[in-house]
Parts: sequence; C-alpha cells; structure tokens
Amino acid sequence: MPRMGLLIDYEYCTGCHTCEVACKQEHNHPAGEWGIKVNENIVVRSQKVTIDYIPFPTECCDLCGHRTSQGLLPACVKHCQANCMMYGTIAELSKVMENKPKTVLFAPR
Amino acid sequence: MAGEQKWDKVVRTTVWSAGAGCHGGCGAKLFVKDGKVMKVEGDEDHPWNQGRSCPRLLSLTQYMYHPDRVTYPLKRAGERGEGKWVRISWEEAFDTIVQRLTEIGDKYGRESVLFCQGTGRDIGGPISLLAYSYGSPNWVQFGLSGQSCYTPRLVAMFATMGDYAVADASQFLEKRYNDPQWTPPRCIIVWGQNPPPTCPDAFFGHWIVDCMKRGSQLIVVDPRVTWLASRGKYHLQIRPGTDGALALGMMNVIINEGLYDKDFVDKWTYGFDQLKERVQEYTPDNVAEITWIPKEDFIAAARFYATSKPAAIHWGMPIDMNPQATVVAQAISHLWCITGNVDIPGGNVIARPSHGVTAYPYSTAELERLYGQEFIKNILSRKIGASRYPMVRDFRHWAQPDLAVDQVLSGDPYPIKAAWIQTTNILGGQAADTRKHYEALKQLEFIVVVDLFHNPTSMAVADIFLPAATFAEKNSLRSWWTPLSALVKAVQVGECKSDWEINLELARRFNPKGVPWKDVKELFDSRLEVSGLTFDQLAEKGSWEMAREGHPSKPYRRYEKGLLRPDGKPGFSTSTGKLELWSKCYEGWGLDPLPYFEEPPESPVRTPELWEEYPLILVSGARSSVFFHSEHRMIPWLRELDPHPVVEINPQTARELNIEDGEWVYIESKRGQVKRKAKVTPIVPPWLVMAPHGWWLPETQGTEPYLFGIWDYNINQLIPTGCQSQSGYGGGAYKTMLCRITKIKEGRE
Repeated sequence: MPRMGLLIDYEYCTGCHTCEVACKQEHNHPAGEWGIKVNENIVVRSQKVTIDYIPFPTECCDLCGHRTSQGLLPACVKHCQANCMMYGTIAELSKVMENKPKTVLFAPR
Repeated sequence: MAGEQKWDKVVRTTVWSAGAGCHGGCGAKLFVKDGKVMKVEGDEDHPWNQGRSCPRLLSLTQYMYHPDRVTYPLKRAGERGEGKWVRISWEEAFDTIVQRLTEIGDKYGRESVLFCQGTGRDIGGPISLLAYSYGSPNWVQFGLSGQSCYTPRLVAMFATMGDYAVADASQFLEKRYNDPQWTPPRCIIVWGQNPPPTCPDAFFGHWIVDCMKRGSQLIVVDPRVTWLASRGKYHLQIRPGTDGALALGMMNVIINEGLYDKDFVDKWTYGFDQLKERVQEYTPDNVAEITWIPKEDFIAAARFYATSKPAAIHWGMPIDMNPQATVVAQAISHLWCITGNVDIPGGNVIARPSHGVTAYPYSTAELERLYGQEFIKNILSRKIGASRYPMVRDFRHWAQPDLAVDQVLSGDPYPIKAAWIQTTNILGGQAADTRKHYEALKQLEFIVVVDLFHNPTSMAVADIFLPAATFAEKNSLRSWWTPLSALVKAVQVGECKSDWEINLELARRFNPKGVPWKDVKELFDSRLEVSGLTFDQLAEKGSWEMAREGHPSKPYRRYEKGLLRPDGKPGFSTSTGKLELWSKCYEGWGLDPLPYFEEPPESPVRTPELWEEYPLILVSGARSSVFFHSEHRMIPWLRELDPHPVVEINPQTARELNIEDGEWVYIESKRGQVKRKAKVTPIVPPWLVMAPHGWWLPETQGTEPYLFGIWDYNINQLIPTGCQSQSGYGGGAYKTMLCRITKIKEGRE
C-alpha cells in the first residue's frame, strides 16, 4: 500500500474553516480537538499585506480511512470550498507539486 | 462515524438559511436514520456548489438538535423580559394571534400592525402572504436603516436597465465552467464585499475563486486587506462612504481616454452625453483626495477594467450604506453599461427569477401578478414612507424602516400597535440605534416572534413565540435567479413548522377567500405552474432544474433577441428600450437623473472637529465564515472558531493607544460605548477599526436587563437612524461613523 497524503494549494486557500468543521462532523471531535487546523500567516512587506492560509492535519488526522476505503474522499477534501486540497499517493501528489508553486504536501501517517 | 453505518434515507435538497444560515442555493444530501438527520454533505451532482459545503451547513446537526432550540409554541407567563414561558398548543397560539390581531386591526386599522422580517430563510413569500391577507401594507425590514441591503442596488439596476444583473460565474449553465458558451471574466471588480466567508445575494462566494483559477484577475475595492484583496491585481483601499466618487472617477478615466465601448454605447444606451458631462467634475485629482486612493492606482484599475472584456463587477452591501446609495449603485452599474459588459458571457448578466416563478417576490410586478394590480397599488401607497418617497412607494414593497420606528414612537400619522417578527433578531442584529428600537417595541400591545432559538429580541418583547423549522425540516421553493429549486422535507423536529405552513394557516383564517390552497404543496404547485413542473416533480429531479435555452430567464444577449421587453422587440425593458444612463425613472421620482457624490454624515471631511475627538472610522458588519448575522453563536463547532466579539485595530494605532492584542477595549462614539476584544492586525488601515455585527452571548443571562449582553457588545448601538438617502433607500451609516478606542482600565474582562 503506497503512502497517502494531502496536497494543499495555498495560493487558493481562503481560510474558510470548512475543512475543520467537515472533520469535526465526520469524527465528532470534542471542543479543542481538531483533525485539521487552519493556520493564518500575514506578512507585511514594503507596505503590501499578504494573507496565506494553510490547513495543517493534526495528530487526530487518520486521512478518513473509513471513507477512502469506500472510494470516498476524505471529508475535508470533499467539502473544501476553494477546491484547493487533493488526496492521493505521495508519488502522484509530488508530481502535481512539481508544476504548481505555493503548494505543500502532507503525509500524516 | 463508521463507514458501514446504514441510513434509512438520503434526502437531496436545497439549502436556504435556518440551519446553514445563508442566502442559500447549495445542494445538500441529508443522511437520515430513525427520523433524525445524522449527517450532511454537499451534493456533488448539484451545479451550484458541486459537492462543496461551508462550516455552517456542516454543523447542521448541532443546530437542529441543540438543547436550547425552541421546539413547541410558547406564551409569555410573567412580564416581558422575565423569561417566563409556558408551553401552548399550535391551536391556542393561532387562536390567540387571530383574536389579538383582529381586535387591534379593528380598533386602530390594519396598517397598525408591522410585519417585520430580516434577511434569513425563504421569508419573502410567506410574510407577504400573511401581511396582505391580514390587510397591512407595513411589511418592513424593521431596524435596517435606509433599507440598506441590496434594495438600493436593485432599484439602481431596475431604473437603468429595466432588470437586475449579476456577475457571470456560469451559474445559469448546467455544465458550469465546462459549458462552451461561457468565458471567464478577464477582470472581476469585487466591490465592497468579502465573498469567501459567506455567500451573499444568491452568489456562492467561492465562485470568485473558481474564476481566479480560470484566469480572472481582480480589482478589489475595500478599506480592509481581505484575502481577495491580497490576491488582487489592484487593491483600491477606499475610505468608507466614498464609493460614488470612485465610480465617477473611473468613468472619468474610461470616457475621457476613449476606453468605453463606443458601438455599444451608441446602439444601446440613452443619456451618454449628459453622463460624460457629469463625470468631468470627478477628475482623478479630486477623486484621489476624496477616496484616499492614490490616483495612479484607480486610473490603472479603470483602464484595466475597460480594456479587459469580458469583465464583471461583483458588489456588496457597503455600497447600499453609502450616503445617497441609490446614485452610488447607479454609477457603478454605469461602468458595465458603458463598457458593453451587459448580458455577455463573463460580464454582468441579467438575472431574473428562474423559469419566471415567483417564490420570494422581488419586484412590484411579481406582487401584482400574485395579488392583483389594484390591490397592490392600493396597499403599497399606504405603507410607511410611500407619501414621502416616491421611489419607496413604487419600487418593491417594504415600508421605510427609519420612518417606521419613528412612527411607532410618535403615532404620527397613524398609530402602530403590534408586530409580527419573523426571521429577525432586531435588537441583536440589524437595528441601528438599538435602544430606540427597544423602546419602540416595548410600547407595542402585542408581539409575536417566529424563530428557532430565543434571542435578545424574543426575550425582551415576545408575547407569543412560534418555533420555526430549519431548511431540513420543510418543503419550500426557490427561484432566486437560478436554478429553480425545491427545499425537500427530510425530518420533523418537535412541533416546529415552516414559515410557509405557519403563515398559510393564519392567512387562511384572516382571508379565507384569498387562500384557496389546502396545504403548502398546493400553493407551491400554483406558483410553479409557469415552469410546467409540480413541486414533487422538481423534488424528484434532485431538487433543481435550470431554465431552458431561449427562456427569458436564461442568458445571453437577450436584448438582441427580443427576450427582455413585454413587446418582444430587441432592447431593454425601459421606457426608451435602452440602458438609461440619464435615468428617466429617477427623474420621475423627483431625483437627480445622474449620479453624484456626497460625504458621509460623519467624516474627517464633513465633521473635522468631531474627527479630532473621534479619530477613527468605525466599520461594522464584516462577515465571519462561521456565523450568519446574529445566528450561530450557540453552535459549539462554530463558536469555537470565532469565540469573541472583536474589534480589528491596526498595529500602529494599537501601539499609539498602548493596546495589546487580546485586551478588552471600549469603542466609544458620541452615541455611547461598546466593549470589544482587540484584534491587532495589519489588514485594517491605521485610520479605521472594524467591529463585526450581530454579537450577543447566548451562554449568558437572557432576561432583562442583560438580554444576552447586547448592551455591552452590540455594535449597532453606535449607528444612528435617519441617515437614509433622499430617495428613501440606502444611506444607513453602518460603515462610516466616527469613534475612538480606549483601553478598559480594570484590565482584562
């Protein structure tokens, strides 16, 4: 079984929190516990403000094995409003990454 | 949740407010087991959201089955504000309401009852049915100063184009981005809105992101550096309340540099020469001074917009909150008219109710079709504001909110004695001058609140509380632009009823002859007749259908094909058949037919002495991804993500005031003070602070005098009433008041 991962295209992540709540619903995480958490990064450079968001899969992320085993996408990837998350093998996703800047690849497990 | 879980059924339906809380449109799949919704997902077969979802929709089960939700009718047991309620039956509730409203109507006239709505749910259809069946013209967004939400933009488009228009993100096409008819806009101006956190006015916010991926470049007009602004080709960081000057300045550049579409203007517009003359007053130097935007920035942006066909403008509520908003919206709509970006793929396309079906009546014409021309003309002429404002009398249906609250307090020209409040938490939400509205409502003899949770308004003033259904618990209909959609009932919760069910029953009791339908489905079938579908057929199609090619509610270039005018001739549905840049409608309403700029009521320019004392511009109302206006503060998954009522302050300003991130501060204006937690961030400029609206704390005491904390946290207390435009629509000063920030001396709360 090849290693699976999440590719985030943070050029387009709007920080909308959908992935976080999709994960909460799927796993019924209690308050304070997250399977994925959106991080905000604001940089001011020569008076220009840039905002980036990157969702980070936490210790609780199991890549939705119960969903993927049925051919479904992980809950966060399925619902992402910006369509900026991909699920796949690390090999596939790293190929995508070669052609797309502002991406980050996670292998949570 | 285990993958092997079996559902009793999966219901495909359309999302619209209560629950998700939004202006709706998404397709959802509701997973039901033992009569309960266990889970919700976006419907991947629905063209609107294509499987996606938002945090509010994904929290649906926490909303539906929240322990604080009211699930049966209540009547007040103690005094108003004591929070003592007893359970009653629907029959007793209906009987009491009919008896009390009939007594009041007989004694003071039917117009003495206000029918108050907010912006949520499918409310327009059921509340008009009830108000008109009862016989009151006073259907009103009570508290929303200047009716400053979309109506000013709608009237400007109606006057100019004879129709409404929206940015084309392919939403009218079943295949969406893959339809060969569609082209992405080369440029999108996102003007006064932050679409990703929320989906405004029948527009899925992330469609903008979809277009960016397909090559659209953005011009963002916003005083804050939103995420979109940080991704824009141009960010025009405007001083709030000066959008009219910017639009006129951009037209000055586009017209004087010859960048407008001359053929289109010659063929399809009326009054271009007068407009050209008017914009000469708005030179780039003047406009830069007014708007605080560097001249080279908006000149470059104007050139880029005009030379990037197709280009679209997507706009938001801050436009309605400008002084003289109806001409500000007019000026912005002129931009797409003079560049020929009208009803073309990737431009601003004409938007009509799908299939010609009326669910939530938007225009006077739709109301006339439903209730008869004579009846509507008569009833609208009696509504509050109709005699002072011809535009308010003739366009749409709402009573003028600033005059309405004054009339409750004065009884002049006639008394107001009762209120039906449905889908609106007036005191925790949209009301400007909260205290004034509180005092006005307290004077009324009888008040019904129809809602899902107790809130500051129901606690303060309700005599009867009726429990409403979420979208998952009801059948309803939606034709807001596209597609034609059904809300399909999946489950029942407690004794909750839909707004349509409640209002149909009461409307029948007040006017049996006017209400022939035995239930809501029969009513929907009659509304759907023009579509050739029944409600059940629409539901079976997965809850939606797009209008067919060639239908007047389907783009493109309908003005060339004779699909817009009642006489079937090419052109637009205006008196001249053209886009009226010099507005005959405005002239007929006694208003300047051309756009102009006016300073906000309080501003560094208009009130410099006040600016010395209150040196920050206060903007309220920026949206959160996890709340819809005053809703959702009690939903654990959502509140955790946005836990505190904050105020955004620039780091430089915070340093000068010795305020650190996370400290509690007062926002003070000459009208009072509100407590907030400082969020120090460079996304606001040093001269502005932003405080989100709709804040109350459901976890705190609801009874008087605390009312869930509204007197501490509700920012709209600092917004005055009475700033409406000369037209009666627009001008609510929610984004232009002056304030100062002071640190709370006792330290952290």
